[in-house]
Amino acid sequence: MKIGVVTFPGSLDDRDAARAVRIAGGEAVALWHGDDDLHGVDAVVLPGGFSYGDYLRCGAIARFAPIMQQVVDGARGGMPVLGICNGFQILCESHLLPGALTRNDHLHFICRDQRLRIENTTSAWTTSFAAGQEIVIPLKNGEGGFVADDATLDALEGEGRVIARYLEINPNGSRRDIAGICNERGNVVGLMPHPEHAVESLTGPTTDGLGFFTSVLSMVGSSR
Amino acid sequence: MTIDTVDRAESSPDVSQPYADLGLKDDEYARIHEILGRRPTSSELAMYSVMWSEHCSYKSSKVHLRLFGEKKPETDALLVGIGENAGVVDIGDGWAVTFKVESHNHPSYVEPYQGAATGIGGIVRDILSMGARPIAVMDPLRFGPLDAPDTARVLPGVVAGIGGYGNCLGLPNIGGEVIFDPSYAGNPLVNALCVGAMRHEDIHLASAKGVGNLVVLYGARTGGDGIGGVSVLASETFDAEGSAKRPSVQVGDPFMEKLLIEATLEVLHAGLVEGIQDLGGAGISCATSELASNGEGGMHVWLDRVLLRDPTLSPEEILMSESQERMCAIVRPDRINDFLARCAKWEVEAVVIGEVTDSGRLTIDWHGERIVDVPPRTVAHEGPVYQRPFARPSSQDALQADGPGRLARPSTPEEIRAAVLALVGSANLASKSWVTSQYDRYVLGNTVLAQPEDSGMVRVDEVTGRGVAVSTDCNGRFAKLDPYAGAQLALAESYRNVSVTGATPLAVTNCLNFGSPEDPGVMWQFAEAVRGLADGCLELGIPVTGGNVSFYNQTGDVAILPTPVVGVLGVIDDVTRRTPMSWRNAGDSIYLLGDTRDEFGGSEWAHLQGHLGGVPPRVDLGQERALSRVLVDGSQSGVIRAAHDVSDGGVAQALVEMALRSGTGADVSIPESIEPFVFCCSESAARAIIVIRPDQESALLALCNDSAVPVMRIGTVTTDAHLTFGSFGFPLDELRRVHESPIPAALAG
Repeated sequence: MKIGVVTFPGSLDDRDAARAVRIAGGEAVALWHGDDDLHGVDAVVLPGGFSYGDYLRCGAIARFAPIMQQVVDGARGGMPVLGICNGFQILCESHLLPGALTRNDHLHFICRDQRLRIENTTSAWTTSFAAGQEIVIPLKNGEGGFVADDATLDALEGEGRVIARYLEINPNGSRRDIAGICNERGNVVGLMPHPEHAVESLTGPTTDGLGFFTSVLSMVGSSR
Repeated sequence: MTIDTVDRAESSPDVSQPYADLGLKDDEYARIHEILGRRPTSSELAMYSVMWSEHCSYKSSKVHLRLFGEKKPETDALLVGIGENAGVVDIGDGWAVTFKVESHNHPSYVEPYQGAATGIGGIVRDILSMGARPIAVMDPLRFGPLDAPDTARVLPGVVAGIGGYGNCLGLPNIGGEVIFDPSYAGNPLVNALCVGAMRHEDIHLASAKGVGNLVVLYGARTGGDGIGGVSVLASETFDAEGSAKRPSVQVGDPFMEKLLIEATLEVLHAGLVEGIQDLGGAGISCATSELASNGEGGMHVWLDRVLLRDPTLSPEEILMSESQERMCAIVRPDRINDFLARCAKWEVEAVVIGEVTDSGRLTIDWHGERIVDVPPRTVAHEGPVYQRPFARPSSQDALQADGPGRLARPSTPEEIRAAVLALVGSANLASKSWVTSQYDRYVLGNTVLAQPEDSGMVRVDEVTGRGVAVSTDCNGRFAKLDPYAGAQLALAESYRNVSVTGATPLAVTNCLNFGSPEDPGVMWQFAEAVRGLADGCLELGIPVTGGNVSFYNQTGDVAILPTPVVGVLGVIDDVTRRTPMSWRNAGDSIYLLGDTRDEFGGSEWAHLQGHLGGVPPRVDLGQERALSRVLVDGSQSGVIRAAHDVSDGGVAQALVEMALRSGTGADVSIPESIEPFVFCCSESAARAIIVIRPDQESALLALCNDSAVPVMRIGTVTTDAHLTFGSFGFPLDELRRVHESPIPAALAG
């Protein structure tokens, strides 16, 4: 099964996301921001980075890339989409996910090995995890503070759409320690930490990140 | 606005020109007259002044730097040597690696964020212009005292600039240094190192070959930033119609640099490029004259074709602009459309500004008028060379005579415990995670080791696991006490830091930060440091591949500590066997390799007592080589499970760092044969702490015996959270608090 990884100008973790897909057993397909064709992929990853430099609001320009119309249409049709870091920001700007990511409350970029608790094991990207499982994967962002109004937060909590929560410390001031969320259908997931950097014990703090990719591969596989 | 053309220069020989304001001496100006047979045009004057500056021409350092070539060790590893944008070394399996460290000291003091950011940008383009994909960066940084008010301005700005630029560029930051000393208070050192990897066949050089080939300028548009002193030439344009005056510190756009990297690698790999050069200091002046000088010797440029951010810029300003994120490529006419199309794919603007000729001249036109007509070698390579006077300062004897012996020494267990704790929590030895957590160390997915490990290590080949390790080091206090030995100690420490990871040291780069070359005492420090480094590299068998000199690092008459930062690069055939800095298994045995002597001159402990005097630790490069052999062989054979360099703060500091990294403690016994304080805190060189499984002792002893490296068992890894030294000890919680709090506490807010 094929998982597309979109490269926007300024995408940085696109190679890493493709590597993670391969290690998880999938076929990674490079997708170009200026293309309006998903080339038959079964799922899409929007990788981390600074699309278009993020000089405006993060993700605000990437949202208008030609490929994004295809991604939005696919997502509305149930195609699994994972937005990591900048990808999460792009999903919020595209209104596929609610809320927004704001400047870290301490005003510094932060890179650390972050402990998370998986809160939802039914989304397209989290079925490989056990409920309440704790994982450690890298986090690195300057604008990772998840914000939404109380009604939205209550709805996310009530509908079980909080995917993962920060443990030990809240690294960026995210409301209710939220590290990731999904849409109503569970096929679109936005995650601030970076699972693609935790897929090899050689280079990552753990291999806990693999679960996100094996989840979607098992789901996409079973639907065929 | 009147343009100063070549015709005008010939017809008006007596025009007074502001050469002195541009930093040219009378005799240098006279030499330009002699070369051209007339007065220079203002554009020519701009070019010569910037290319003959200390920064570009190395006019004070050249005579000394020749030593690196003359004393180059026999090596097959060097594919491209000193003189190109960066040296290139062979790391095996068809892979080549290029690395270099440069300074951006002065801009970073004036404007910390942009100064540091563009320092990263510049060194990354140097690596890119060799044809390599940049794969990692590191930053050796030096500031005034941690508690000095200005440090709270400069340090956070520098760190944010490095992070802001490097993170956005997608390069892992895998190490470096953060050091504090009063001598850097008015002159911080912001050095930046970049390492890049490529296949052998992808190596490119900065030369304009092939008459009729096109000169393409691509990347960011040219603006009025960084033009500094040249504005005196354009003084007639200080009016409402003139260009807006911009700060002389350049402003970086990391997004453009990222696009520039991808576009450049794409055109290089498509075989569309005959020669390539980055634009850094001296901008178009430097790129065109160097490319022409290295190639057919001639080039013609239509300067009015340059894409501008500010249409009112004068030709002199365009020639001098240091706008960032620009590159210059030499492209065959039949390949130009392909080249331009690939730039367009990455949304990078590109324009043909000239062509290669065989005229032997660099000629530049501005709207049809000739404004430059010079032999390019005289601009790029035949600048002035100075034999600056140098002399050992008369104060040097007194400095060396004032040894640390007169300081009151800790002797009871309580006193030694307090001394160790003071070191653990001192600015120089405290945890630097407040700094490094602002850098992305994960991007690209190949980082195997990053700070606080001894070296940064990245995987180059994902299939074979071949990789490189890099470390940068320098103790400026050692260099102050003895510049020759101090440079060798910097080299030795860096060499050791690479070796402890299990990588084999291969090549050296350096960033020589010194005071004013016009001060004979500083020039002596410089000459001695270069001689020490050249001799040291010869003895260790690793060549200098390139580097950078930064002079005039001083406040008033007071120079910084001489700071020859040395970067060593090593190769490891399989990164999965890298040796980490700390233990993991309780019951493992801890050994100290190397001899410990009573050596406190220039040490961290003496520094904490406010003392700098005496002589630095003894240098024994033969012993360093032997130690390296044990560390690398021990890694290859699987005997060594962890290894950590012993340097600043001594054995106790090294053990504390290992315990905090691991989260578990150790029982260490201080040998009877040695004074406890000397064992804990002396900074003797050529030492490392290693960890092995207890049943590997005979294998270790055999390794050490073969290489004649002294070895002593000093302790055992435990399961509890205590680090004990026999009669005294520390809970790890206490060590962690003391080690991790100083820098955040000083920079809070």
